[in-house]
Amino acid sequence: MTSARKRGFFHSIGLYFTDRDKLEPAVITFFAVVFSILAGVALIFLVSKDPVTSTKNFLLGPVLRTYNFYYLMIAMVPITFTGLALCIVYQAKYLSLIADSSFYMGAVIATAIGIYLPLPKGLHPAVAMVVAGLGGGFIGLLPAILKIKWRANELVSSLMLNYVFYFFGSFIILYFLRDRNQSILASLPFRPTFALTKLVPNTQLHTGFIVAAVAVVLVSLFIYRTKWGFEIRLSGANPRFATYAGLSVSGIALYAHFISGFIAGVGGAVEMSGLYRAFIWQMDPSYAWDGVIVAMLARKNPKFVPLSAFFLAYLRVGADFMSRRGDVAFEFITFLQGLIILILASDRLVNSFRARRLRSDALKSEALARKAAEVLE
Amino acid sequence: MNALLEAVRLTKVYSNGTAANKRVDFSVRPGEIHGLVGENGAGKSTLMKVLYGEESPTTGSILLEGKPVSFSSSEDAIRAGIGMVHQHFMLVPSLSLAENLVLGKEPRRKGSRFFDLEKAVRITEELSARYNLKVHARARVVDVSVSMRQKLEILKTLYRGAHILILDEPTAVLTPQETDELFVELSELRKQGCTIIFISHKLGEVFRLCDRVSVMRDGRMIGTHDVGDVDSQTISNEMVGREVKLGVDKSPAQPGEAVLLARDLSFVDDFDIKMVDRVSFTLRRGEVLGVVGVDGNGQTELVQILAGLAKTLTGKVVVCGKDVTNASPGTIRKAGMAHVAEDRMTVGTALPASIMDNLIADRYAGKAFTGPGGFMRQDAMRQEARGIVERFDIRCSSELQSVGSLSGGNMQKVVVGREFTAEAELLVISQPTRGVDVGAIEFLHKRIIEMRDAGKAVLLVSSDLTEVMSLSDSLIVMSSGRIVAYFPDAAAVTDKELGLYMLGLKSQGEEEIRMVLHD
Amino acid sequence: MIHFLISVFGSSNYWYIVFRSTAPILLVTLGAVISEQAGISNMALEGAMLWAALVGVIVSAATGSAWMGLAAGILASILVCVTLWYFALKLEANAVLVGVALNLVAHGGTVFVLYSLTGDKGISSSLASKTLPFIKIPLIQDIPWLGKIISGQNIVVYISIIAVVVLNLILNKYTIGRRIKATGANVEAARSAGINPDRVKLFALVIAGVLAGFAGCFLSMGYTSNFTSGIAAGRGYVANAAQVVAGGTAVGAIFAALIFGLTDALATFLQNVGMPPELIQALPYAVTILGFIVVTLSRDRREAARKRALFSGGAASGGAGDGGTAKKQAEGTGA
Repeated sequence: MTSARKRGFFHSIGLYFTDRDKLEPAVITFFAVVFSILAGVALIFLVSKDPVTSTKNFLLGPVLRTYNFYYLMIAMVPITFTGLALCIVYQAKYLSLIADSSFYMGAVIATAIGIYLPLPKGLHPAVAMVVAGLGGGFIGLLPAILKIKWRANELVSSLMLNYVFYFFGSFIILYFLRDRNQSILASLPFRPTFALTKLVPNTQLHTGFIVAAVAVVLVSLFIYRTKWGFEIRLSGANPRFATYAGLSVSGIALYAHFISGFIAGVGGAVEMSGLYRAFIWQMDPSYAWDGVIVAMLARKNPKFVPLSAFFLAYLRVGADFMSRRGDVAFEFITFLQGLIILILASDRLVNSFRARRLRSDALKSEALARKAAEVLE
Repeated sequence: MNALLEAVRLTKVYSNGTAANKRVDFSVRPGEIHGLVGENGAGKSTLMKVLYGEESPTTGSILLEGKPVSFSSSEDAIRAGIGMVHQHFMLVPSLSLAENLVLGKEPRRKGSRFFDLEKAVRITEELSARYNLKVHARARVVDVSVSMRQKLEILKTLYRGAHILILDEPTAVLTPQETDELFVELSELRKQGCTIIFISHKLGEVFRLCDRVSVMRDGRMIGTHDVGDVDSQTISNEMVGREVKLGVDKSPAQPGEAVLLARDLSFVDDFDIKMVDRVSFTLRRGEVLGVVGVDGNGQTELVQILAGLAKTLTGKVVVCGKDVTNASPGTIRKAGMAHVAEDRMTVGTALPASIMDNLIADRYAGKAFTGPGGFMRQDAMRQEARGIVERFDIRCSSELQSVGSLSGGNMQKVVVGREFTAEAELLVISQPTRGVDVGAIEFLHKRIIEMRDAGKAVLLVSSDLTEVMSLSDSLIVMSSGRIVAYFPDAAAVTDKELGLYMLGLKSQGEEEIRMVLHD
Repeated sequence: MIHFLISVFGSSNYWYIVFRSTAPILLVTLGAVISEQAGISNMALEGAMLWAALVGVIVSAATGSAWMGLAAGILASILVCVTLWYFALKLEANAVLVGVALNLVAHGGTVFVLYSLTGDKGISSSLASKTLPFIKIPLIQDIPWLGKIISGQNIVVYISIIAVVVLNLILNKYTIGRRIKATGANVEAARSAGINPDRVKLFALVIAGVLAGFAGCFLSMGYTSNFTSGIAAGRGYVANAAQVVAGGTAVGAIFAALIFGLTDALATFLQNVGMPPELIQALPYAVTILGFIVVTLSRDRREAARKRALFSGGAASGGAGDGGTAKKQAEGTGA
């Protein structure tokens, strides 16, 4: 039985090389990544006075310094959570960015729990994660409800809700949780029991990294091993078929959004308890937008989220390192990110291989058709 | 008389290998209304698409006034004076009729880019008066009746200079009164020198309106007659007649108790036409009940009601003793129904998903596949999928391959494989072999008889008459949404006779039809 | 509270701010309207506004002319919309995802460009950019109360009103308007009438680019006098919801934009009576969503009523149904 499963696993990986339908998108993803990096380097040469150093810092920064590599691992955590959250809604064929609100409000909820709830170490952040997850889940439901009941485009409504929740969240921080002794905008400090332990002493790398890894495993299992994941994938693949086969498509969309929001909410709590001693965000970190890229690069498969989160974190840390040591602003990576989405979203490019294959097939069958016609004559 | 438009030895083979037209000769004389009849799939639409430039012929030629022409697009055909009114109207609902008429060729105010609405209205009214096709130029399309939309479509082709009109089943969306009105108008157009090709299923209409009629069957042109020299029986025979090849061995049916009760079902479509009109029947264990009828006479909608994909306005549906009227597909499946959907590409399968996922889509929640905590038993799923793949001979490299990468026949085997192993008492099968290769057809037919012999109740809907006749134990015939005939013994009826019922030329008495209720 | 509201709605200052806040959202909503009428979801409007706002500031500082800045800003905005067109129609990408990508690029890219030029990331105050002129209308400015509202606004506020008229002309009077509507409503019908849908969509997106360009430049060269990061503040997204509320017409866009403008302006006043500014800032977005729900709900109700009327016999065919209501008698078609 085990051997059968093992063969299945390797077989499914092997399919990527034998099944052209799977191989071709993988090749395109690879090209998108390479092309975006090249474009980034070209941009550096365009604006930097010392492009060689900047390029080196950008491409090698994350591995040149040990602390940079830890920083990279830390940076992977939040985008892994939002990437997973986006994978789930993509699987259900929705395109909502409400994960941004879930993440932000998750952090706000965790802040309140971190400040006020007296709980023992270990349990304290865990409780915060669960409650933040629930909050994020309910927020995640909103665009799905708006879509099902009033056909509101889920992207538009989620983007506006993101503004609403951002302002609402800062209102809560400012009016209920603010530390008035601080000159900068910050919440009261968390209780010491709230902090996640560090994975490696003297670094910022915290056990949240483990939580993210567990989330990847759980979401992968959820999507590919449980009946709910099966329902989500099936209704995303063809809603009309799902209805015909007896599934309740709108019910599925609702719990998919809840779970997606839950994951993002947990992510917000992990970020708070892992990295901070108080809530000090002055603006929305917008991790959901990174989640879009992570999910697209992973082709909405949670298994590949760590890989694409690593890639994105690498870009970010490299860009950050470069910007602090040179004259190129960190934001230049948004060009690269945008480029990746554009390439991956362009069906014409993604299907170019398949189109060529189909064209040659069609030409062949046309020749056959002519022959058939001659026979008829 | 010289032909105005001619197709000579025209053959069209699509790139998937289907020969839709086989050496078709077809000629239209100037100033006539020429009926073109044939069942669905007989090749009428393909022939018209070729004449209208939407498809290019594989071999053969088109002659216009004796000169060979070749159209690379419909615009070429329009320039040559050919216009076509499609079954699905090409109109913009939110614009007025006048605006729709001139779309793409708009009148402008002198020396400006301003649209001249008044002139467009004037053009519409002039055309409307000249050809006696009454339309309200200023009304929006969304607010006018279907028949007025159709008149507008005819006027649109006339505005673009058409003198040869192709009308693709124009009466399918009209009431009898509207049909009468259209016929008067078409006769008027003929008087003014227009030539009309009139496609229809309905023989009665062809006899009332047309000068000549051509019959197509199975991609071939069977014959062309002057309407005065021929009777409807001959045409009907030409349309449905075929060499019946009884390739199916089966023992006589042994019907048991009732599994499906359909009582008084109705459905009205978007055009307010009664697609299903108070249909009642009973289906018993161990029998194959065939539903025959020309496509579009309510069979599709009837099946959708039974499967929970459409709602009936009246009556009830009972499956295995359970009332499932207007229930969800999931509930109906639980009551004991399996359903082979007519459209395997958009409804019957999820193309991007794997064969395995498609095969277990109706049973994944059962104990056999979902264990504690909602985890699915991978081995059981694999085993189930492999079992069905083997039993139904689905040709694939692995059960994890996506269904979208399979051929049409194998895709259909995925649908049939799932539904036939669903352990349902009732099987509703719609168009099981449409677009499927010969080998697969024989295979699928054997499976259907197997199901019957295993004591299941089978409702078989197919537009392939040979198929229904050779598989069914008993038959009902649908026409215009109603059951017009019931034959308790399918072997005792000929295809010629069925043709008369299907085409609405004949109908049984109420008593005979009531026998299908078995009560 | 009532006393407060009366004092607000009675104040000319409030209505002045209403006009000012409505103008950018109105312009970009018009852009969303024409895009949607041509059958393409323009999620890139936010990015188009951001680039217009930045480029306008930079070019006006470089040339010393606000008008040059405006022209360059509009060009930048058009470029964004044409990029959307290219990817969505030529490369068959999901238009919504292209919009997401372009907005992402705009959010970071504007900051990147600003930093590369000035060394600042948040605000362009080190650039000596110009502002578009405010117009005092003679005679009208002397009218009490009303004069203070109508006169003295930025020129773009007046342009936004002209834009409504122009867009109304384009959609309803020009030939191209028919073609835009036809393309958006039924691509096949348009194509069968010999219209090239891709070209029609390109035209619509260029117009949308011009409108978003005006809106973006106004934000950085009139509404405020600097570019700040994220200056569009989601107005491009709001426009896509407002477009639904507008029902696809230029005149409807006024009402849809006013929902946003009225709450946005009210926010300033509510702050004075001690309402937390954060909640107030959230208000316009929340109200837009509510407006969307209300409009969709009432539209659904109307549609349902229309369909029911078809069944009950009293078909509302607008006096145009030539025997249209007789359809109910359809018993199919026997020979």
